[in-house]
Amino acid sequence: MSEIFNFLIQNEVLIYLLLFTVLLGFEVISKVPSVLHTPLMSGANAISGIVILGAIILIRSTDPENYFTLILASIALFIGSINVFGGFFVTNRMLEMFNKKKKNG
Amino acid sequence: MDKVLFLISAFLLVWGLRLQSDPASASKGNKYASVGMLIAIISAIIMPIENSHDNYSWIVIPIVFSASMGYIIAKKIEMTSMPQMVSIFNGLGGLSAVLLSFTEINKWLSNTELYPQFEIVVLLVSLFIGSVAFTGSLLAFAKLDGYKWSEKLTLPFQHIINLTLLFSIIFLSFLFIDNSGDTNYLYILIAISLLYGVFFVAPIGGADMPVVISLLNSFTGITAALTGVIFDNKVMLLGGILVGAAGTILTVLMCQAMNRSLLNVLIGGFSSSGSSSKSSEQGDIKEITDSDFAVQLFYSQKVIIVPGYGLAVAQAQKLCKEIQEVLESNDVEVKYAIHPVAGRMPGHMNVLLAEADVDYSKLIELDEANSDFKSTDVAVIIGANDVVNPDAIDDTASPLYGMPILKVWESNSTVVLKRSMSAGYAGVQNPLFFRENNKMYFGDAKDSLQRLSTELKNL
Repeated sequence: MSEIFNFLIQNEVLIYLLLFTVLLGFEVISKVPSVLHTPLMSGANAISGIVILGAIILIRSTDPENYFTLILASIALFIGSINVFGGFFVTNRMLEMFNKKKKNG
Repeated sequence: MDKVLFLISAFLLVWGLRLQSDPASASKGNKYASVGMLIAIISAIIMPIENSHDNYSWIVIPIVFSASMGYIIAKKIEMTSMPQMVSIFNGLGGLSAVLLSFTEINKWLSNTELYPQFEIVVLLVSLFIGSVAFTGSLLAFAKLDGYKWSEKLTLPFQHIINLTLLFSIIFLSFLFIDNSGDTNYLYILIAISLLYGVFFVAPIGGADMPVVISLLNSFTGITAALTGVIFDNKVMLLGGILVGAAGTILTVLMCQAMNRSLLNVLIGGFSSSGSSSKSSEQGDIKEITDSDFAVQLFYSQKVIIVPGYGLAVAQAQKLCKEIQEVLESNDVEVKYAIHPVAGRMPGHMNVLLAEADVDYSKLIELDEANSDFKSTDVAVIIGANDVVNPDAIDDTASPLYGMPILKVWESNSTVVLKRSMSAGYAGVQNPLFFRENNKMYFGDAKDSLQRLSTELKNL
């Protein structure tokens, strides 16, 4: 019990951050018209590719001789970046269509 | 320096997502978020790391390749395949998290002097969720793309099997930690997690895939956040949690649009219930000829078009717009009634019609449409089925019962464009087709609309 207590105290800031981010995420999305569900899903998906930051940090702190880690992390970075870049580009393409139409109309 | 950059990027990600929830600012929001992401990537590349070896070529080459690949894919993809594409991208994100957690676990294991239990547990959870997101998304893709085998993966007692798998994953994780990281356990763990992803999605009907993808998307977000804990990176943590929370809310919103609970979707409501619905009753259907259809539309005052997935697969949105213009030149009022879950994903129809340059103000939502049908001469249903099924209102035995639908039959007459009499996605027959004031116009949506358009121009 005291271990859990200690853990909570040690990571106080982290836990606050978690709490507020969850609330923020709920709040930000809570009133979206269904029109935007598809682009939003695609946009949020692109953001979830932020996991590639981990790959970058991992590659940078790995010994240059450690090919096992380097290769795996590079593949992770490659695959994850497709998610990030593809996701943002395609979301942009979808949303541009909404915009184009608004200028005409 | 890098800390400030991370702060800016975190702000841009949150603000960008916020702007994306309003149609007027959505495009700007996506740009903010992508700039935020770019800043985050740059900061991760330049931030000072203790004992850094940099290895920049291992970083820059994959990024350049994937960025150009992502750009090309995003440019080439058909708007109709958007749901499939989001699921593939999400699967890639999941796989990336799996590889990363796996590599990181191996790194911790080779570090013999200490055995970091907390980190290993976090990484194992990330590994599991990432695997589920990966294989689950791939199966969701297969279902959306209509591969027949993907609907037949369900085993008997699927839910019991899934629970067993889940418990064995927890048990193996304990074994793995207890045996101070015997990698054999790790490989079995990954295999079972991947299998679980397949079985998790298998019993869920194809029509519910958007909900599943949104849920799996929030899973990927959670793995990103967990990895952020390991790498002690606040932006990863924040971005991941943000997507996790946003994905969850989006999932719930989609379920609400279909008037179903998330649990009901996950258990596979459509496939397991309601086969005894009364709508097996058949009647006579009436077909309408090309010229009759054209004349009827041409001399109407108000026409409402109800587009569905059939329109999307046939790529007929531009023809639809053409017909709209011909009718409007004859002072026929034309509107599009968009059901929240029409197509394969909420908002899917809006994107398609936007692609065909249909004016935004012509699209009306469920409630407005339902009060408009009474004053409508012809409601034209193009490749939609379940969203106009009257059973949803008056047949408690129907699996669709309770779903808000478009009451097209309240207009003077309805014409249904459909390839055949086969049932819709929910697998139930639609009594609308047998109603007195309904006529059928068979054929692929593109051919049908082409025929209609030619007739109209001859008038």
